[in-house]
Amino acid sequence: MSEDFSIEKAVRESIHIPEQVPSPFFTQLKGFWLTFITMFKKVETVSYPEEREETAERFHGRHQLNRYEDGLEKCIGCELCAWACPADAILVEAGDNTPDAQFSPGERFGKVYQINYLRCIFCGLCIEACPTRALTMTNEYELADNNRGKLIFEKEDLLAPLRAGMLQPPHPMYPGTTDTSYYKGEVTGSHPSQAPQEAKSANAVAEPHA
Amino acid sequence: MTNTELIGSDPGWVILVKCLLVFVICVLATLMAIWAERRIVARMQVRLGPNRTGKFGLLQSLADGVKLALKEDLIPKAADRIVFVIAPIISATTCFMAFAVIPMTGKVSLFGHKTAMQLTDLPVGVLYVLAIASVGVYGIVLAGWSSGSTYPLLGGLRSSAQVISYEVAMGLSLVAVFIYSGSMSTSAIVDAQNKWWFGIVLFPSFIIYMISMVGETNRAPFDLAEAEGELVGGFHTEYSSLKFALFFLAEYVNIVGVSSLATTLFLGGYHALPGLGFTENWLGGWFTMVWFFAKVIAFFFVFVWLRGTLPRLRYDQFMKFGWKVLIPVSLLWIMVVSTLRVMSLQGAPRFVIIAFTFGVLLLVFAATSLLDRSNAKNKREDAEILKSFPAPSFPVPTLTSHVKTGPEEINV
Repeated sequence: MSEDFSIEKAVRESIHIPEQVPSPFFTQLKGFWLTFITMFKKVETVSYPEEREETAERFHGRHQLNRYEDGLEKCIGCELCAWACPADAILVEAGDNTPDAQFSPGERFGKVYQINYLRCIFCGLCIEACPTRALTMTNEYELADNNRGKLIFEKEDLLAPLRAGMLQPPHPMYPGTTDTSYYKGEVTGSHPSQAPQEAKSANAVAEPHA
Repeated sequence: MTNTELIGSDPGWVILVKCLLVFVICVLATLMAIWAERRIVARMQVRLGPNRTGKFGLLQSLADGVKLALKEDLIPKAADRIVFVIAPIISATTCFMAFAVIPMTGKVSLFGHKTAMQLTDLPVGVLYVLAIASVGVYGIVLAGWSSGSTYPLLGGLRSSAQVISYEVAMGLSLVAVFIYSGSMSTSAIVDAQNKWWFGIVLFPSFIIYMISMVGETNRAPFDLAEAEGELVGGFHTEYSSLKFALFFLAEYVNIVGVSSLATTLFLGGYHALPGLGFTENWLGGWFTMVWFFAKVIAFFFVFVWLRGTLPRLRYDQFMKFGWKVLIPVSLLWIMVVSTLRVMSLQGAPRFVIIAFTFGVLLLVFAATSLLDRSNAKNKREDAEILKSFPAPSFPVPTLTSHVKTGPEEINV
């Protein structure tokens, strides 16, 4: 058996009484020397607008509404992000997808999607709440503006740009799939039949989202 | 002709030119000083400091000044309006006035007129500087009082108490200089330092002056009057716009002022560094001004260095230091200096002087070591007392199994 631990003994031993205290004069000199040599060290300052440093990989910046590989929106208008938001910065109004205007796989899509960056505290709870990974955060942090109105970001401001192979919604779902196939990640690109009949797919792909 | 006679024979236009020059130098020095301080302190804190406005940010303080001037000028309702307006003016004018007796060059020719760059040379020049500095305290007291609010009042009282107590030590540190130079005129004191600077001969006086000049100017680590955590801004809390700028200007001109006085009294004024005496004739004598300002800048760097290094003192410790350390030490030092001076003037044999010096050194050494020993003894006794106290225990008894350290108890 080991010896019983005694708090009293530990405290007693922790009172360290130095025999020789260093002279205050020399400790002062040491401080002066420290500030002096610091003058010649490399500065930590980043000359911001000219020089930029990468943010941390998982930095909480501006939000983004993602898309599936064929361009359909991931947001289903469930409002879980808005409910999760502790600052009440998110407003979502859902709309019904119709055969003529299909914005996201399944029945519903986010018709109105606003984030108020005057309220947002960048906590990321909305991202955790999102069931379809529609809402994520980018590393973009330059969000200052001179007007309150400009800081309420609409859906168009938040939507991810169309990458190659994506089509601008509304367009039908990939032929022969259900919303479940989308959720499982089985859709890996768009099909020519999804393109609007009047404007050819090449046109839609080439034109990035404004 | 001595400098005094040269300055005395100045025609009116030379005096006007000198007035203008002193004013311009003070204002320019303030602008540069604020910029330099911010840059140097920033470097000491691994930052860059202002570097945007103009080349290297040199115009930063000018821009700040313009901004201050354009701000709204508030006078609180509870303030005494007349005194409130006069206080910053007193502060700003007095610190400029102190500059009048500082000799900045030796003999030079100003547009063909032989003179020395010193506005006026009073036989009691240094006393005049001290007197003007005391008048400057009125600016602080009146500002604090007339603001009609608590923090400025407390800050003003602190400031004035501080400035007055450190002025005593400052005055005492100057006595040794007067004794050695045999004059109170600034130009005569500079002349007396032809061979040896008083900063070396009267080293303790120099140190005491250095400390008290920081106390006198309300600068870190003695900036208790502006302790943000305790008093907001101190005496200038209620001031805004140009009136605040005047206080700001006063503070920096004051720093330049006390630094120039220190240069004049202890570092040989406009004289070159030992061994570089030939440079004093360069540019028709104007090069002495470079030496003068080099020394002032060195002092200013010390001010900034102090600010970058030391934390602010507590008010009672600060006062204790002033009254119980600085003043007694300077009094003792004056006694020693005057004794030595009288001995040498009366032609006492050299061995007597040396014996006296050694005796004094021995006494000082004995006193400090006794003090050290009693301090160390007190500290040991305190530690013994601390050890004899019952050790503190947790408010709730701990479960023994949690603190046992045998291998079998690890997974409790």
